[in-house]
Amino acid sequence: MGFPDRIERTIELAHPPSKVWAALTTAEGLGEWFGDEATIDLRPGGAAQLRWDRGLTVEVRVELVEEPTVFGFTWQLPNLPEDDPRRTYVEFTLEPRGTGTRLSVVETGFAQLPQDAYRDEYDSHVRGWARELGELAAYVNGA
Amino acid sequence: MAPDIEAVAEQVFTALADPSRRAILAALASGGPATATDLAGRLPITRQAIAKHLALLAVAGLVTGEQGERRRVRYRLRSAPMQLAQQFMAALARDWDGPLAGLKDHLDRSA
Repeated sequence: MGFPDRIERTIELAHPPSKVWAALTTAEGLGEWFGDEATIDLRPGGAAQLRWDRGLTVEVRVELVEEPTVFGFTWQLPNLPEDDPRRTYVEFTLEPRGTGTRLSVVETGFAQLPQDAYRDEYDSHVRGWARELGELAAYVNGA
Repeated sequence: MAPDIEAVAEQVFTALADPSRRAILAALASGGPATATDLAGRLPITRQAIAKHLALLAVAGLVTGEQGERRRVRYRLRSAPMQLAQQFMAALARDWDGPLAGLKDHLDRSA
């Protein structure tokens, strides 16, 4: 099946890195091209928020700020409950190309385990089920 | 990446591919833990077929059996494998092409 852990895109932009950097890391920029409204505290550990008029709000945590080259943040996986601890890491890398910028975005962490205990819990469940199967068989046969 | 993530996700999708198993999972999600007999009373599926589907769902880790009344096994929904399969769908649902096209437009407009 191929469980994708990493998403990667690269685009060429006809604008210098300083301008692309501003679009990626300011509330004004993010509220224009990404969400409909945004706030950002641009420092590692700082909070950012993206809001869309259709009712979606996404909480973001700034992780890496190396102006004007690397901007990294973490956020939740799409469509999961707010208290779900799983987050993916997004990193934008800006490279000057002539008068423009080559921008790449890499998002990783889709294939992380939900929690450390998951594996143990799953295994113990499978072992436990071997007993239950006996009872199920007895029930079905006896019914 | 742990190889078993993929195996778990595959089992979830296999389990969900069958309409009877989806109906059983939906019944457990909406009505809570139930025995095969309870489910047979609520769904247009025979108890024998339900028992067979429950066994497969249990192997996939999507339901877990516990001792109910009169030695009947009661099944409850287990969400962990479903959460894992959600991650697979999350990767497919993550759209970067749209936003990046928006960024390009934004920069060109404000040039």
